[in-house]
Amino acid sequence: MKNSQTYIDSGVLELFVYGTLPEEEMVEIAREVSQDKLLLQEVEEIENHLMHLAKAAAPGEPEGVSNLRKYINNEDIKVIPLSRKRTPIITFIGWAAALVLLAGVGYLYTENSKLEDRIVDTERELLLQEGKTQVAETDLNQTRGLLNVIRKQDLIAVPLGAQAIAPEAYASVYWDKKSGKAYIDVKGLPEPPKGKVYQVWSLTLEPLTPTSMGVLDQYDASGNQIFELSNPNESEAFGITLEPKGGSASPTLEQLYTLGVVATS
Amino acid sequence: MMTQPDALIEKFLQKDPASFEKIYELYSESLFGVINSVVHNQEVAEELLQDTFVKIWNNSDKYNPSKGRFFTWMLNIARNGAIDKTRSKDFKNQKKNHTAEYFVDILEAKGSFNTSVDAIGIKKYVDVLEPLCKKIIHFLFFQGYTQKETAEELDIPLGTVKTRNRICIKKLRDIVGVV
Repeated sequence: MKNSQTYIDSGVLELFVYGTLPEEEMVEIAREVSQDKLLLQEVEEIENHLMHLAKAAAPGEPEGVSNLRKYINNEDIKVIPLSRKRTPIITFIGWAAALVLLAGVGYLYTENSKLEDRIVDTERELLLQEGKTQVAETDLNQTRGLLNVIRKQDLIAVPLGAQAIAPEAYASVYWDKKSGKAYIDVKGLPEPPKGKVYQVWSLTLEPLTPTSMGVLDQYDASGNQIFELSNPNESEAFGITLEPKGGSASPTLEQLYTLGVVATS
Repeated sequence: MMTQPDALIEKFLQKDPASFEKIYELYSESLFGVINSVVHNQEVAEELLQDTFVKIWNNSDKYNPSKGRFFTWMLNIARNGAIDKTRSKDFKNQKKNHTAEYFVDILEAKGSFNTSVDAIGIKKYVDVLEPLCKKIIHFLFFQGYTQKETAEELDIPLGTVKTRNRICIKKLRDIVGVV
């Protein structure tokens, strides 16, 4: 059992009130909440605020309950006992036929609603799948775009090798000298810790002069982890360092993750 | 602070008509808001609200507290009814060019709120609410999307949906205060 605060901080209680968790999670949270005053209080506060927010979205006060009252009470009409008078057999047959018919109608009705439910489910599924296809297509287009860039003839590819700080790390720079653009592939770098970013440097070697090309702080939604930076410099090497958020004026050499020299042709 | 009226719910589940009226009084306005933010049409929303309460009454034996809150159960019925309605042919045909897309559009367009709503708090909240929060609350709460569907719809990482949503709701609680 996790402690109360973990549940509260995780944000799962809000989704529990929304009713949008998978069933087994709904059951789990319901059980925890029923055993823990703190969780119950949190859930009730969330619920009250959601009810309040939802109220504000109402177009006005709802109509009174009176329209419904007749419906509710109709259901409650008591069955009046039949008098003990002898009833002709034909009445029984009539009633029996009516009941059979009613049962048949009822059966067809439930079958029909089942089918309708299935149509709704299927439509929802279809919508979801359409969305997924769209996402996949966008992904594919982005990846194709990148591939075209990397195929350019005069692109200089510079592999950046690992340094002592992270022996597994690697990255690549694809530099289009003509257009002054560089594409940095950092899929091989570990995820930066919170509050830190990777910064890319263009270096000239003698004397050693670093020039910042930029920080990699934009989330790459496609997941390719290839960033486009401009590089008008006469670079002789490229390096990537880990810097505090926002980047630094000059590289922190102890945090040098990868380094690679431009091959002279 | 209002706590869940367990005794009342218990009576309601036993089909006590008087408790039904109290339940209607307590919850109808919220469910009305949820439905309205799906269908964006007062007349249709009123109709659906009635349907919702008829369903709640008829299916009261299906409510199972071990699977969630009473409010959540009603919310699901209201939301599903409204979403089904938006898919129906007659609704699609009569759909006018309404501009409201998210629940906040409704709030922003409204000149006044019902007396039971803290108008100042809600207005303040809507003013400072980030666009991403508006969308997250819209999809998760008002539309009943799963985390995964929400992440895909908004193109954000799945893992951040839950915490992001908590931050958005936290802001609501901070601004509106005790309700």
